Amino acid sequence: MRSMLELLRRLAGSLRGSRTDADLEQELRVHVEMASAEEQSRGHHPAEAARLARLRAGDVELAMDTLRDQRGVPWLASARADLVFAWRQVIRHRVASLAVILSLGLAMGATLAAYRLVDAVLRRPLHVADPSQLFFVTRTVQAVDLSPDDRDDFDYPTYRTYVALTTGQADLMLVGMTSRRSITFDGGDPETAVQQFVSGNVFATLGLRPAVGRLLSEQDDVVPGGHPVVVLSHDYWQRRFASDPAVVGRTFRMDGGLYEITGVAAKGFTGTEPGAVTDFFVPAMMNPEALKISGWSWFRIWLRPRPGVDPRQVEALLHSRFQAEHIERARSFAPDTPRSRVEAFLTERLVLQPAGAGASVIQKTFRRPLWILASLATLLLLIACGNVANLQITRALARRGELALRLSLGATRGRLLQLMLFESALLATLACGAGALFAWWAAPFIVSMLAPAERPVRLILDLDVRAVAIGVSLIVAVTMIFGLAHALRASATTPAGALKEIRGLHGHRRLTSTLVAVQMALCVFLLMGASLFVGSLDRLQSRPLGFAPEQLLHVVVDSRRQLPPEEWGQLAAALTDLPRIESAIVAGWAPLSGNRWRSSVTAPGVASPQDAPNWVSVSPGYFATMRIAMLQGREFRAGDRPPRLDEAKKPVAGVAVVNEAFARVYFGGGNPVGRRVVVDSSEAPMQIVGLATDAVYFSVREASHPAVYVPLAARQGATLLVRTSGSGTDRAQALRRELARLAPDVQLREAVTFESFLTQQLIRERLLAALSTFFAALAVILAVIGIYGVLNHAVTRERREIGLRIVLGARPAHIVLRLTARLLGAMSAGAIIGLAGGVAFGRWVQALLFETDPADPAALFVPLTLMAVAAVFAVLPPAIRAVRTDPARVIVTQD
Amino acid sequence: MSNKQSGKADVLRGTLDLMVLQTLDLMGPQHGYAIATRLEQASHGALQLNMGTLYPALMRLEQRGLLRGVWGTTGNNRKARFYSLTAAGRRQLAVDRQSWQQMATIMDSVLRGQA
Repeated sequence: MRSMLELLRRLAGSLRGSRTDADLEQELRVHVEMASAEEQSRGHHPAEAARLARLRAGDVELAMDTLRDQRGVPWLASARADLVFAWRQVIRHRVASLAVILSLGLAMGATLAAYRLVDAVLRRPLHVADPSQLFFVTRTVQAVDLSPDDRDDFDYPTYRTYVALTTGQADLMLVGMTSRRSITFDGGDPETAVQQFVSGNVFATLGLRPAVGRLLSEQDDVVPGGHPVVVLSHDYWQRRFASDPAVVGRTFRMDGGLYEITGVAAKGFTGTEPGAVTDFFVPAMMNPEALKISGWSWFRIWLRPRPGVDPRQVEALLHSRFQAEHIERARSFAPDTPRSRVEAFLTERLVLQPAGAGASVIQKTFRRPLWILASLATLLLLIACGNVANLQITRALARRGELALRLSLGATRGRLLQLMLFESALLATLACGAGALFAWWAAPFIVSMLAPAERPVRLILDLDVRAVAIGVSLIVAVTMIFGLAHALRASATTPAGALKEIRGLHGHRRLTSTLVAVQMALCVFLLMGASLFVGSLDRLQSRPLGFAPEQLLHVVVDSRRQLPPEEWGQLAAALTDLPRIESAIVAGWAPLSGNRWRSSVTAPGVASPQDAPNWVSVSPGYFATMRIAMLQGREFRAGDRPPRLDEAKKPVAGVAVVNEAFARVYFGGGNPVGRRVVVDSSEAPMQIVGLATDAVYFSVREASHPAVYVPLAARQGATLLVRTSGSGTDRAQALRRELARLAPDVQLREAVTFESFLTQQLIRERLLAALSTFFAALAVILAVIGIYGVLNHAVTRERREIGLRIVLGARPAHIVLRLTARLLGAMSAGAIIGLAGGVAFGRWVQALLFETDPADPAALFVPLTLMAVAAVFAVLPPAIRAVRTDPARVIVTQD
Repeated sequence: MSNKQSGKADVLRGTLDLMVLQTLDLMGPQHGYAIATRLEQASHGALQLNMGTLYPALMRLEQRGLLRGVWGTTGNNRKARFYSLTAAGRRQLAVDRQSWQQMATIMDSVLRGQA
């Protein structure tokens, strides 16, 4: 502690420049004078007195040396000197330094951007009280495509049950999913804002304070439909209202209701879903229809255990309830339900997940891709570090004379190490500066790639302590990686060895070969990763969809009441009459919209397969508008009815169109038109009137699956599919106006082009493919530079030997082979390691790949060929230089 | 370049600090030469401090905030830097003096026991 304090004082002293040399010297001189005067007073002759005084008091210069060291912090002074020297080195080799800073900077920028994204999406703690004690409830389930999945959405009745169950042990919160809503202020134009439903206790439990007004409380969440109040987020308040405190008390219209703004949440809290920034919070009671219905899952359940309560205790409590309900429900399964499915259902578990960093779909979708990208960026950084290390080693070789001189003059090894590390750190810091600029541009760019433009992802990417921490740790890591090996070697210089110019040459070669091998391995690895992701994306994109997505608008509408199919049909027909609209139809939902309806049917004499067909209801004209080919039979026409139950719960027959997969499974590939099947749930007979080609339903990754199209029934809300002539984007606004005119009961919720829908489907693949390709391209460039540098240096170093060999009659091929043999060996070894790593990587990311076998020779071929070509480019110029060596010149030239 | 000293000097450093503090406490503000002379007299000539030992010690104590040095004039009108104890210095002296006496007692009894 005391030494700490002294260090601080000395540090302060060295910064203020403490006492000057003159001041110190003055004091010492006074001392000597006094001593001399005393000797004189004892009767000595002045000259003798001065001699005696010096003898007693010591030498002024010697004392000054000690005082100078004592003054300030010696390490700081030497550090300053080293830093200045390092800067001069950077300036002196400015071309090489610039190359280092740029290549390293690019790699550091990529890494910085990747880790900032990882941090912003996955790790940044929410701005709430004690985020580490927040959890959200998830359950493992079988997803719609029957793969295991985590679900985190719950219905209101379940929430109430859980709240009652955990009273006194934990505070449960209802935290709605963010959704984009259309709102209007004071009769202005409708604008889109992001809404989140919350239970009344959310703000208090999260420990949030209002910036202005008041936040929602338990009293705002009592009567269903009775609390039309909202709290704005600070971000929205700033963006939309320029932080006007008078916003409290203002109202806006949403879904026909009038909502009053009661307050603004404190700065920093931007909702609970990283990837979306909430604009306003609404009491959960304002979603009255959803409160009663079990199975309507529309929110996450968050909880904070009461002080002293173990979260595992709360989890066990909730899980026991969850399991009891499951066993109950399994009893009511149909007796012929396959055993495996019952077992899978019963193994579903309820699990608490930490919610300190929020919970969102973006997190779930991009958790692995982001980590993968961060890892790939790190590898790229390693390649860049390898280059710099090689360059430094070459330079250190040239500087051995200087280092030997320093050692001869008494510098310690530690001091040399410090000098070399300072140079590396200076380069790393400059590169990090360049990288930060790059990341500043790149991070938002990558964010824009996470979602289609219509529904942008918003991330908090402020420059904060966390960002700086990432940057600093990056600098330290990079300095250590590329600086340490070379600093240790350089500091091990001995004056004698350096003068003899022998020691270290061998070790130097081994080190550079290893570096080249490692670079090669990383490079091939990155290339292979890129080729896997690109190949996978390519296969996905070239998959036939079964319909034409071009110039198709996907319009989701809500209606205030149930509309019969005739009215939906009239709306579609009216839209078709509009200019630049070719045709419009109505469907329950569109393919790839994330909805799925499954229901089993029985065909006479055919054993029902385990997986029930997919269903969708569509209006007449669906197949023509979607451009799905009809192979047999006919489209739907007005008056067609789906199989159903009437008011008396009696089955009523209906018609359907099926796809090829259906015909294959249920009719052995025969023509199904005119045949009848029975719908198991309603026992209604269904007449098949048409056969259509297969089209994707839930996801572009899914294999063809039996599908049943049925005529539209009366429904509230639907999807309009509108085929336009010309670009579809500018049609959305026009459509909104026309809809209001044509059907006052219908409100447009969202209109996007179908292509952006497809983009959404492939967004993860596209991100991985684009960025891994970018990283791989950078890696190849860096590796080429690295190999070129090593070889070029070797040619320079060995030019005299090469000259001699040429004089003695060596053939050019022989010379090139001799020069490159070692390097080629290293490169091949590296490539093999890289390939092995690539295959292992492919297996690890298999879940993200589509119909891709990482060990497929074709997948190996592209990276290897590319790398070989790149290597030739790197080797060729130095090789030519070597062959063209003029023996007469190099042999007689001195260094 | 470093301040490394032998083990013997380390012992001296600790005791020298204490002696300087004690001298200043006893005699009030003094310049370096007076401190050196006083210590020489008190030790009956056994302790001859050269400037290379005394002034770094003074600087060290000043850096630690135990002393304060100001330029002033001596009785015979000579300019000199006068050192005086700060409050922290006085506290430190009390602590060091006590621990030194304790140590001396311990050493004494140990050495007696061995004789």
